[in-house]
Amino acid sequence: MTSDMILPFYQALTEDVNALSAQVPSLATDTLQDVRRKALERFSTIGLPTLKTEAWRYTNIQRYLKEFPYELLSTASCVPEDVVNSTAIPELDCYRIVLVNGHLQAEQSTLPQGKGITVGAMSAHTTAPGFAAYFNEQQHLAAESMAQLNTALFADGLYIELAANTVIDKPIHVVHVYSCTAHAFIQPRHLWVLNRNAAATIIETSIHPETNTIAFANSVLETVVMENAELWHYNVQQGAESFREVHTTAAQQHKDSRYHHFNFTLPGTPFTRNNLSVALNGSHTETNLNGLYIASKHQHVDNHTFMDHIMPDCNSNELYKGVLLDNANGVFTGKILVHQEAQKTNAFQQNNNLLLGTKADINSQPQLEIYADDVKCSHGFTAGQFSEESMFYLRSRGIGEDAAKALMVNAFSHDITDAVKVPALQHFLQTQIAEIMNN
Amino acid sequence: MLTIKNLHAEVEGKKILKGINLEINKGEMHAIMGPNGSGKSSLASVLAGRDNYTVTEGEVWFNGKNLLDMAPEDRAREGVFLAFQYPVEIPGVSNLNFLKTALNEIRAYKGLPALEAREFLKLTKEKQQLVDFHSNLMNRSLNEGFSGGEKKRNEIFQLAMLDPQLAILDETDSGLDIDALRIVSNGVNKLRDAEKSFVVITHYQRLLEYIIPDFVHVLYNGRIIKTGTKELALELEERGYDWLKEELHLKESV
Repeated sequence: MTSDMILPFYQALTEDVNALSAQVPSLATDTLQDVRRKALERFSTIGLPTLKTEAWRYTNIQRYLKEFPYELLSTASCVPEDVVNSTAIPELDCYRIVLVNGHLQAEQSTLPQGKGITVGAMSAHTTAPGFAAYFNEQQHLAAESMAQLNTALFADGLYIELAANTVIDKPIHVVHVYSCTAHAFIQPRHLWVLNRNAAATIIETSIHPETNTIAFANSVLETVVMENAELWHYNVQQGAESFREVHTTAAQQHKDSRYHHFNFTLPGTPFTRNNLSVALNGSHTETNLNGLYIASKHQHVDNHTFMDHIMPDCNSNELYKGVLLDNANGVFTGKILVHQEAQKTNAFQQNNNLLLGTKADINSQPQLEIYADDVKCSHGFTAGQFSEESMFYLRSRGIGEDAAKALMVNAFSHDITDAVKVPALQHFLQTQIAEIMNN
Repeated sequence: MLTIKNLHAEVEGKKILKGINLEINKGEMHAIMGPNGSGKSSLASVLAGRDNYTVTEGEVWFNGKNLLDMAPEDRAREGVFLAFQYPVEIPGVSNLNFLKTALNEIRAYKGLPALEAREFLKLTKEKQQLVDFHSNLMNRSLNEGFSGGEKKRNEIFQLAMLDPQLAILDETDSGLDIDALRIVSNGVNKLRDAEKSFVVITHYQRLLEYIIPDFVHVLYNGRIIKTGTKELALELEERGYDWLKEELHLKESV
């Protein structure tokens, strides 16, 4: 790869990002265009993250942005049905929603229908009440330059709004297809709003079918869980070698709401950075953040999480577990901010790692900032190998070393997979984990 | 079936086994007794292939094959089974999945196809009854939260499932109340047949009231210092080990 090939996109990002904005469709209203312009300004001010950016200390994103000569891709091409079908989770009874490069493919999707359910393209819902109220509203996005870049340059994404008391009867499976004929930088933008007492289960998976072109996705999802609403949200990342991803989820919760977030990163994609933030804007909420990352070869997986306890009487539980094979590199950051008003907060965080590769490593940093005085908060970190005694026990029963390791990894990850409430998805993940360890 | 010749082993430079000789034939029940620290459990560990033991001298042959050259899993696949003194708890690995994996790995080694789900369940049900092992324990994590008795019964249940040629029971009776002891011993007795051999390592003669040994060996200071029949166990129960130690010192001083 030669540097003059790489320069245009990377140079535009670092020097002349305005030139890129001419390449994306404009948004429907002047207000939104103004939001875009401000985001672009903000991105220009902050610039791309460097190793000196506190939130990116262990992840050199520029290395990955410079790796290939990307071009900004804002359109979708037709993706054959068999490619889409290959992402199906066996035995899962669901509504399938297919997005190609962020663009909804209505003919390949089965949209949930009924009173109070709005599901469609972001671009078609810019005047919807939820959009007007919540698009780009989450303050955590402001600090993150990659999110600003997305706001400035996204083309489309998935809009979901559930009216008050609306419950979706089956899980929604959102299939993100990233498809390109040349190395592409793709920026989908999604907004999901669950109004009062609404409930849904949403499973995200992604696929990049081409092996000869690299797709770099920089996606942003905002979720809003209103009063007493409940969202079960699963994100399964098992991307291809030819895929790279910065995935930002900014959630906000209101009074009495429940948000259960699961993030699974499995071997494949060389570079994954997940930004996850949850702002608790109401009291008596429950938040569960579960993560499992299994990384192999030279994979780099960075989970950057932020629990923002703004209001009192909220509970959050965060459990991230990692299995690092070969030369894989893991990063975990768990920030918990408990504001002075957020009395009676319970906030727990745990990050456990199995370092199985000889050159695997993990950088884990809990960041607890607590300004209230009547709270229960804890954090913990472990990194280790298999217990020798357990390995010997399994082997003494005739189980070979590899099979024993597979059993142990399944055991290690079981408290995450056990918490998965969709049986088909749980079975799928357990099978995937077993297969990874058997190879 | 099993021949141990002049076996010496050490842990972290400390000599533990100092020349064990033992011959075990098909269908025999051998008991190994001895005071604490005499090397009983170490012998079991060396035979099963625990890797913190270093064999410095001697040989162990199992059905004509050099056991000491084999990885622990291959020893198990060849037909050696160790019932652990302290079975390990492994949260997240279900008993059922563990057993299925073990059984099928052993079958694959022997060139047999994996058991069909139905056959496996049938076998499981049949063997569970041997040791009164409740079905609800089957779906639980391996030994996790099991009582001492449940763990030991699980060892014998696994023994029944995996059907080895040689079973080494390492203090399976310790920590058991009389009812559990009876259940475990009954299980073992039902598994005895002309093809299968047992080495029962124990502190207490009590177990040998239920499991009648063909031979009783006394291990002391890393060596077998006396071999006899079940009457020897009774004598040990009455007189302790001191008389044997004295006998040994007299012999050695001559």
